[in-house]
Amino acid sequence: MGTPHLYFEDFAAGDTRDLGSREVTSDDIVAFARQWDPQPTHTGEDGASLTGGLSASGWHTACMLMRAMYDGFLSDSASLGAPGIEEVRWPTPVRPGDTLSMRYTVMETRASASRPDVGFVKFLYEVETQRGETAMTMKNYSMFARRAAGDGL
Amino acid sequence: MTFFEDYAEGDSHEIGTHVFEADEIVAFASAWDPHPFHVDADEARKSLFGGLCASGWHTACAWMRLNVAFQRRLLADARAAADTSPATGPSPGFTDLVWKQPVYAGERLTFRNTVCSKRRLASCPGWGLVTLRAEGFKDDGTLAFAFDGKMMVECREGA
Repeated sequence: MGTPHLYFEDFAAGDTRDLGSREVTSDDIVAFARQWDPQPTHTGEDGASLTGGLSASGWHTACMLMRAMYDGFLSDSASLGAPGIEEVRWPTPVRPGDTLSMRYTVMETRASASRPDVGFVKFLYEVETQRGETAMTMKNYSMFARRAAGDGL
Repeated sequence: MTFFEDYAEGDSHEIGTHVFEADEIVAFASAWDPHPFHVDADEARKSLFGGLCASGWHTACAWMRLNVAFQRRLLADARAAADTSPATGPSPGFTDLVWKQPVYAGERLTFRNTVCSKRRLASCPGWGLVTLRAEGFKDDGTLAFAFDGKMMVECREGA
């Protein structure tokens, strides 16, 4: 892996980044659900569904967001991972044929109190369908290395 | 059982175990979270984790699969005991997820659900929201993973 471009200092509150978009097919929805979330509303089997018809597992939406995060910026960053997730919401179902657009907004940045070489960045991630509905929001902190002293940058 | 009224704070159930085999770790992460330490054993050894470990989302998905099977068993018990069983609704989300320890290839997690709280939903008459603490423990008892999940559950008594 080459030298990353994004360090802690490269994030500032208010920054936004488009993380791309991806279409979700019924085959995608059913394949994921059969493996990880085999509720009838996600696998398409007969069953009562409050939301009516096939919908993607919220965990599937979260995984698609994670992939978009990796491809969109984490792979080119000095990321040290995330200790967890503060909150995920799934306000609207994702349907077959939906195109999901993903983005982040930086909510805050703060240096680590205990580790001078690390900083925390708090993100709000939003996943939106082509109808403008919010399919998922996620708030969490990720840890990033600080640029080494004497980088000259 | 398992209508909104049947849930009590403190109810706790072991819902099952999952062994995170190397090939499954790599397959999951290749699709969803392809950090080198999740997809390549050599890269993982050189990384801060020191060995191939599962994506945190893989851990969460393993819980979800076990949870669906567990909820199905509860519903089957309910149907055997009564002529009605409750519907469940889509989860509105979750909070306070922590990935406390890496889960390495070959390790097993034992998952547990504990009811934290419940409340009727003013916005959705006849339904309540149950919050449960999901936890995944390593064989030595160390907590590796946890979060507060939210489930919509039908009320027996209606609106």
